[in-house]
Amino acid sequence: MCLETQVLIIGGGVTGTGLARDLALRGVQSILVEKKDLNAGASGANHGLLHSGGRYVASDPETAAECRKEGDILKQVAAGCIEDTGGLFVAVEGDDEKYIADFPHLCSRSGIPVRALDPSEAREFEPALNSKIIAVYEVEDASIDPFKLNLENMDHAQALGSRLLRHTEVMAFDRNRKRIQRVRLRNTKTGEDILVEPEQVVNAAGAWARKVAAFAGAPIDMIYSKGSLLITDTRLTTRVVNRLRPASDGDILVPGGTVSLLGTTSIRINSPDDIRPTVEEINAITDYGSAMVPALQKTRFIRAYSGVRPLIGTQSGQGDRSVRRSFALFDHIQDGLENFVTITGGKLTTYRYMAEKTADLVCSRLGVSAPCVTRTEPLPSSETSQWTEPGRAPREWIKNKNPEDIILCECEMVPRSVIDSIITSLRDKDDSVDLRAIGLRSRIGKGLCQGAFCGIRITAYMFDEGELNADEGLINLREFLNGRWKGIRPVLWGASLIQEELQEAIHCGLFGLEL
Amino acid sequence: MEHFETKLTVIGTGMTGMAATLFAANRGIDTVLVGSTSEIMFASGFIDLLGVHPIHERKSWKNPWQGIAEVRRDIPNHPYARMDETDIRTAFDQALSFLKDAGLPYLRRNEQNCRAVTSLGTLKSTYCIPHTMWAGVEALEEKSPCLLVDFRGLKGFSARQIAAVLQHEWPNLRTVRISFPEMEHMEEVYTEALARNLSMEHNRVKLAEVIRPHVKGSVYVGLPAILGISSSYEVACDISDKIGAKVFEIPTMPPSVPGLRLKEAFEEQFPLRGVRPFFQKQVLNVHNGPGGEFKLDIGGDTTEFGVKTDGIIMASGRFLGGGLRADRHQIRETIFGLPVTQPSDRRLWHRRSFLDSRGHPVNRCGLEIDDEFRPLDKSGHPAYPNLFAAGSVLAHQDWMRMKCGSGLAIATAYKAVKAYSQMNERPVGP
Ligand SMILES: Cc1cc2nc3c(=O)[nH]c(=O)nc-3n(C[C@H](O)[C@H](O)[C@H](O)COP(=O)(O)OP(=O)(O)OC[C@H]3O[C@@H](n4cnc5c(N)ncnc54)[C@H](O)[C@@H]3O)c2cc1C
Ligand SMILES: Cc1cc2nc3c(=O)[nH]c(=O)nc-3n(C[C@H](O)[C@H](O)[C@H](O)COP(=O)(O)OP(=O)(O)OC[C@H]3O[C@@H](n4cnc5c(N)ncnc54)[C@H](O)[C@@H]3O)c2cc1C
Repeated sequence: MCLETQVLIIGGGVTGTGLARDLALRGVQSILVEKKDLNAGASGANHGLLHSGGRYVASDPETAAECRKEGDILKQVAAGCIEDTGGLFVAVEGDDEKYIADFPHLCSRSGIPVRALDPSEAREFEPALNSKIIAVYEVEDASIDPFKLNLENMDHAQALGSRLLRHTEVMAFDRNRKRIQRVRLRNTKTGEDILVEPEQVVNAAGAWARKVAAFAGAPIDMIYSKGSLLITDTRLTTRVVNRLRPASDGDILVPGGTVSLLGTTSIRINSPDDIRPTVEEINAITDYGSAMVPALQKTRFIRAYSGVRPLIGTQSGQGDRSVRRSFALFDHIQDGLENFVTITGGKLTTYRYMAEKTADLVCSRLGVSAPCVTRTEPLPSSETSQWTEPGRAPREWIKNKNPEDIILCECEMVPRSVIDSIITSLRDKDDSVDLRAIGLRSRIGKGLCQGAFCGIRITAYMFDEGELNADEGLINLREFLNGRWKGIRPVLWGASLIQEELQEAIHCGLFGLEL
Repeated sequence: MEHFETKLTVIGTGMTGMAATLFAANRGIDTVLVGSTSEIMFASGFIDLLGVHPIHERKSWKNPWQGIAEVRRDIPNHPYARMDETDIRTAFDQALSFLKDAGLPYLRRNEQNCRAVTSLGTLKSTYCIPHTMWAGVEALEEKSPCLLVDFRGLKGFSARQIAAVLQHEWPNLRTVRISFPEMEHMEEVYTEALARNLSMEHNRVKLAEVIRPHVKGSVYVGLPAILGISSSYEVACDISDKIGAKVFEIPTMPPSVPGLRLKEAFEEQFPLRGVRPFFQKQVLNVHNGPGGEFKLDIGGDTTEFGVKTDGIIMASGRFLGGGLRADRHQIRETIFGLPVTQPSDRRLWHRRSFLDSRGHPVNRCGLEIDDEFRPLDKSGHPAYPNLFAAGSVLAHQDWMRMKCGSGLAIATAYKAVKAYSQMNERPVGP
């Protein structure tokens, strides 16, 4: 098979899908290839904080200002993905007095609105805050659902004519002098080889961008920093809570729907693959985080997860936290390539701007003069992208009052109709259907049972519907459970360990899935 | 507050506690039983003795007794290594004869495990099987033509799934989905409600009418485990007659009717056998009496009863049962604060893959015991001369991977009761 396209985009994170949409809105067709599934990289493993910029005012004022501008834009055009929670920066006894005193000034330098609050006033509307807080500032942080954001960008791009190839990995580039003539792809499920002849190639492979660029003979100076986060079983605060000090571990708590996310760590790693949160990280962020919100010592954690930040240009030898968080756009002219671009780094908050800058470059090369419209064009919400939001499925289910629509995932109240709609949309796009793909597009497996019960129910349902056959069911269930495990393992104590024991009693004790 | 005195108190109403109470009653020991929610409600109804060893080799044993002999050699601290085969056999004989008398007959092949189909379509190797499931074992061996029935609205049980997973092993499987009679209007049906419904003869007539036209050439008919609760054996026979095929049950994911049957059988029988049960109650505190006896505070949230007891058998289970509890740093025993053998660090509790065939080290943590099944204190000596422990709370066993859950419960309960009565036979004093 050999496909042709104007632009081949590598990577199904929010940068890649944002770019596909931006280009499509300018009338440029693309094929986006993703080696796993949408949200498989950092876009599905981040903190979900739409940064006000406050976090970077001291270390990286440029990124701070970018976040501020982009945050405002996204609140307008992607309102359906955002909960405008507002945020606080809090300092506790012992924190650096100078940093506290400088903060408002640094914020105004980057144009970031900030307001000092009285600690006791703050504790009135955020009772979970430590009684030992000594300073509080209010900023315009918000929480954003990155899953939904990414799916909606892709859905819109597809509606405008772009193509998505999931489970399709870039294996090699065929270079002809200054051009990449052909890209060799492989379907990781079937092993099938696919060729693409693109006019332009964009490497939006996030932390894997270095590896992809190397295929084209283009070196990128990149190191990897792993960050891990924890999900609590209830929402602890109304607002985002940041520690008022130079960025460090366990100092942000972001509410998201019915839960809160605590993070992160920053650990230098050698490879972006096969990362997982560790017990040490979990212990550390719990201890640090409880300085702001003491309830974290007693809270039940449902799950942990990790993502990788690609850090660009790090020869300086300073700590990873102080490396600039702004993005890097390489035109690879120096590397002797005329139709290859890399866009990596940056933030979820600035993904739109990154896509805009990349699309500008690609369009100029293609001779397309249509301007970027994503600054004002609202992101349409789509049928399939809505089920990642906590609490959404049950709300719709209660509203529709359809008794035939039985609940398959009882923890997160995901009914049959949601599973059906996800399966249908995957099938419509000729995609494979499995529990993991459904999991990335809904809340199944994300509640207290962590897949122990809903995994069985949905497997049975998929057999009934003819979506699974023969051994597929068990392979599917094993993959799904092993996939959830990564995040459960480091939080297994207290109630979560009890839950795990029940899960293992069912899946190993009774069903013998490990045999 | 009411006060009682007793010879023996069994803490825990899971399989272990129930079995220990039964064995104590069989010996005529005056016994108090106390405990709340246990794993028994989730259990499949199968009684495993030993299925797999060594687990990392995934070695399945056809003959569980040979498997146990191997366990004794390889894992000298395994609870099975602290008891004779004859004791285990006696324990099983007594337990099965009790269950038979209680209207819950089990079948087994004395020297062999047998294989049964689960609702996932996997084949489970186990030792004793409720009579209501037995025809399934034979059908699978014969690969006979068989119809699998499932019900509209019963989540997590798909006949089609079972047939699809087993298509090579057992090609003669057909499936049909029916609406449960008179529940056609219900979008969801639940195993326990179906089981209670089938306790009534006239409901069985209706179910048989719906199934019969689908039987065609099938010799066997498999159904989810819903064939009655207190009289499941009679219900299964009756439906077989009415349908004209041999009916068998397939265990489901929890909530599980066969687990409920076990629980109800014990709960109904014990008062008749002189046991004083405190169901849905906890031991809140333990005090040491001056003569070496224990005084227990028993109640829901607050103390309702005081019990003075000469001896105790702890059958308090693991995390799910509540006998062990883990915080972020370590695992504790919850009633006496006994030392728990455990990995040195939480990082070592679990392996990187859920289904790692070596099993998770946390599942082998638990209480150390001596050969009399008395839990040890920090110094390695029995914590009390009259305190015994049995079942899943014991260290060095991984019942989930070795497939020995209920068997370990029954066998160790027997041994603990035996050790308790031998203690009483010994002269008191140093
Ligand atoms: C722990 C953590 C917390 C964060 N928190 C926040 C936050 O709160 N707010 C915020 O604004 N930003 C946050 N970020 C940053 C944000 O998540 C990232 O900037 C953003 O998701 C990057 O998106 P991306 O599309 O560039 O990369 P990714 O999402 O990583 O996507 C790259 C994709 O490329 C695919 N790929 C790789 N190699 C190949 C190949 N050979 N062929 C095909 N496909 C390939 C990968 O599978 C992956 O899906 C956080 C990051 C981390 C790690
Ligand atoms: C999903 C599942 C599937 C299973 N499948 C099988 C199978 O296929 N085959 C098989 O052989 N077995 C199976 N089992 C059963 C299992 O093997 C046994 O039930 C298990 O070994 C535990 O038994 P136990 O009695 O030691 O502990 P538990 O059942 O956990 O009982 C512990 C008891 O101690 C009580 N307790 C704890 N603390 C106190 C206190 N302070 N005061 C009073 N009471 C207290 C609890 O309330 C509870 O009643 C299964 C179990 C589960 C959960």
